[in-house]
Amino acid sequence: MNILEQAGEAAKGAAQGVLKKAIELAPDSWLPGGRPDPLIHHQHGHVGKPMSRIDGPLKVKGAARFSAEFPLVGMTYAAVAFSTIAKGRIATLDIKAAAEAPGVVLVMTHLNAPPMKPTPLFMTHSKAAGGDNLAVMQDDRIHWNGQPVAVVLAETQEQADHAKSLIRVEYEAEPATTSLAAAKAQGTGPGQFMGEPLKLEIGDAEARLVEAPHKISATYRTPRQNHNAIEPHAAMLVWNGEELRVHDSSQGVAHTAWSLAKIFDIDEKQVNVTSPYVGGGFGSKCLWQHQVLGAAAAKLAARPVRIALSREGVFRVVGGRSLTEQHVAIGAQPDGRFTSIIHTGVTVMTRHNAFPEPFIVATRSGYAADNFKLDVEVAYIDMVANTFMRAPGEAVGTFGLECAIDELAEELGMDPIELRIRNEPEKDPTEGTPFSSRHIVEAYRAGAERFGWSQRTAPGMRREGEWLVGMGCATGTYPYYRMPGGAARITLTRDGRATVAVAAHEMGMGTATVNMSIAAERLGLPLDHVSIEYGDSTLPGVILAGGSQQTASIGASVIAAQRVLVTELLKLAGNDSPLAGLGADQVGGYDAGLAKLDEPERHESYASILSRAGRDEVVAQASAPPPLELQHWSMHSYSAIFCEVRVNAVTGETRVSRVLGSFDCGRILNPKTAASQFRGGIIMGLGLALMEETEFDERNGRIMNASLADYHVPVHLDVPPIEVIWTDIPDPHTPMGAHGVGEIGITGTGAAVANAVYNATGKRIRDLPLTLDKLM
Amino acid sequence: MSIIVNGSATPLPPDPRVSLLDLLREHLKLTGTKKGCNQGACGACTVLLDGERVVSCLTLAVQAEGRAVTTVEGLAQSDKLHPLQQAFIDRDGFQCGYCTPGQICSAIGMAAELERGVPSHVTGDLTAGTIAASREELAERMSGNLCRCGAHNGIIDAIAATFISKEAAQPYRPDGPEMAA
Ligand code: FES
Ligand code: FES
Repeated sequence: MNILEQAGEAAKGAAQGVLKKAIELAPDSWLPGGRPDPLIHHQHGHVGKPMSRIDGPLKVKGAARFSAEFPLVGMTYAAVAFSTIAKGRIATLDIKAAAEAPGVVLVMTHLNAPPMKPTPLFMTHSKAAGGDNLAVMQDDRIHWNGQPVAVVLAETQEQADHAKSLIRVEYEAEPATTSLAAAKAQGTGPGQFMGEPLKLEIGDAEARLVEAPHKISATYRTPRQNHNAIEPHAAMLVWNGEELRVHDSSQGVAHTAWSLAKIFDIDEKQVNVTSPYVGGGFGSKCLWQHQVLGAAAAKLAARPVRIALSREGVFRVVGGRSLTEQHVAIGAQPDGRFTSIIHTGVTVMTRHNAFPEPFIVATRSGYAADNFKLDVEVAYIDMVANTFMRAPGEAVGTFGLECAIDELAEELGMDPIELRIRNEPEKDPTEGTPFSSRHIVEAYRAGAERFGWSQRTAPGMRREGEWLVGMGCATGTYPYYRMPGGAARITLTRDGRATVAVAAHEMGMGTATVNMSIAAERLGLPLDHVSIEYGDSTLPGVILAGGSQQTASIGASVIAAQRVLVTELLKLAGNDSPLAGLGADQVGGYDAGLAKLDEPERHESYASILSRAGRDEVVAQASAPPPLELQHWSMHSYSAIFCEVRVNAVTGETRVSRVLGSFDCGRILNPKTAASQFRGGIIMGLGLALMEETEFDERNGRIMNASLADYHVPVHLDVPPIEVIWTDIPDPHTPMGAHGVGEIGITGTGAAVANAVYNATGKRIRDLPLTLDKLM
Repeated sequence: MSIIVNGSATPLPPDPRVSLLDLLREHLKLTGTKKGCNQGACGACTVLLDGERVVSCLTLAVQAEGRAVTTVEGLAQSDKLHPLQQAFIDRDGFQCGYCTPGQICSAIGMAAELERGVPSHVTGDLTAGTIAASREELAERMSGNLCRCGAHNGIIDAIAATFISKEAAQPYRPDGPEMAA
């Protein structure tokens, strides 16, 4: 085993240390991304051109089938009853009336549910998908207010809903921890994220802060939030003997199939999860209790089941983003240089999950300083397990950090953009690794110019009638991830058509569209000769639609599969081909065949190679290399978010009147869909800034606003025209030169709004959301 | 006792509790109309009832007796998309597509309301004969249709391009963002 293979093993799991150092020191060329992807230099092909979604016609006609919409013969409808206490046990369960109600097929409770193993908790295994590690409906224990306690199956949804209303449950409540104060009083523990502690100390940040001539020290708070994809979670499940077929709305089909197999103690291959369209996910569409309950009920009733959560059900069963209480302190020299950065605080989670909202991750690589103290502590509450929601950590962490920088800029009498640029690091300030591609200063300069940043006045100085007008900005960053497990299969047929198969997902990011154009470009085929198969757990790869990594993961997998394909084709081409004697690294896809990279006249078409070899098709499958590049370079997407707000001097109402996002995210692969991703992230950031809050009753642990009427998200009138621009500078070390674009938009937006509100009013609100009561 | 759905007569469901939304989705398998909340808060289930937009989750099927329902499946003429459907594709007025049928049906109903001079919360001069279809008017009138993917700019853009004018759709520049460097 050579050192890189050893390092690859280490990257998967435990003992890193020395090998991590080896990866940092290894020559670039040994690493994935060490040689630039040749596609980066294709400037006139499909990649980089605006392209409409290939599933557009289906979606505008209402013909794209979502997970609750598959006709199944003999299907039953499920309704779920939820606990009304936060902790304790079920004392009595009266299901008689429900069982006897018209149309009822089954009432399932812990008393008759089939045996199931505990749910594999996310990140405990490469394919674990569970939001918590509890066994589902196996005993009388209650772990949170809203936990499913019974499932009714009936011939119609109306019958199931009615029967559910007849179930009577009495509980023996036990003392529960449902308030932040009580949870903190019981003591906090250290947070862990992606196998690493959320704790970092470099130098003596506290001492340097004390000495610093200029400083800011403040506490920022962000509330719970819910994803609220407009499609509620739904699954349709059928058992054929020991085989389970699931139509799911999923951002992890392979993960969900494996996890369900573990729960039902069957082979992974006996579960097939498909999910061709996902009506929004944002981190929420993984494995929660509803799929497990649906499968269990289908087994018990020996009938297909559709379990479509009500909107309230989504709030009860699926976790959201947890709250944070962040302390940010920065010490600076008179010229603005940071000497000390402190970002510490508390978040809450449950005893049965492992996802502390990692609000310090953006701070690790944002700014240069010699002294850091970063720490996320966890307090435990009895609630539905919280989970990742769009840009977990960064979305709220940048609120604290980027507001603090705005405050410090004022204290220093500096422009906040200039202060940020002054502290631009040359290499990763906490890891010491070089940046793979970081052009945030360019993004700031271009954004400031276009937005008209120079028009910004002193706080509270611009008034138009009742409206106070202000401008703010903030930096967003989001890591470039490429998770292990990517794989792809390319099937090339004699008529010069290719199908790329990957177990990936389309939640609206434009996955199928962009990957079709990338594959066509890579293989040298016209767009209409390439198709993408995805959204099916039987396809190659373990590819989570999360961490903004899907395109990178697919990209690296397709590169690997293409290499296998090319090797095979060269073998088939033999000595009679113009390609004779060339190696796989010397040729690429060109004009419906292979050509020598630097001598495209040496070319043979796929059709010719395959016919001469007497083959109808060639199938090539390969796995992407382990993502060692992530430890060799510091890799991130970046943004500079600019925002103009109007705050009503009488009512405190805040309207965002203009937003501009200036992005540095490597090469933009499809400007049309990428722009929508950027805007979509920014709009969720406006929600985070202005209105979103999951109201949690600290007396009993119940979510109080479990509906879209009470949980407010931005509506059309809340959304101004959002301008997006980008550097379009490829990262030489990533597939296609691209970085993720799905989560970067929400990062920085909360702070940009809050900073603009300060500039408009002179009031600094450090507590999200910025509702009008805080501004009056 | 029937409802006309996209031009075809359909019997009323035997169970009076069935909503118009569930009639469409579960009985007629017209799943283009979406269920985002089932309580009137998201607009995903919007259909046209005798040309007016309604949230079908809060409409009992029996209330639609003898009336004409148009769903998203009833908008395209065989292979030709409704101009608004095409505009949604051109302006990228969706991502996941789940709110899309509701947005499209709602916008068609909204355009008719504008034309009839029905005022909204942001309409300035109520005595003026016609209402200027500013982007603010469109955004206010579409605010009952939630989109969590954040396709708002493209949606308003598509509506403006279809019902107002190409110029009205300019500010969002859906596929022409400039490069910073
Ligand atoms: S499903 Fe009817 S308004 Fe939400
Ligand atoms: S496109 Fe996904 S909710 Fe609107």
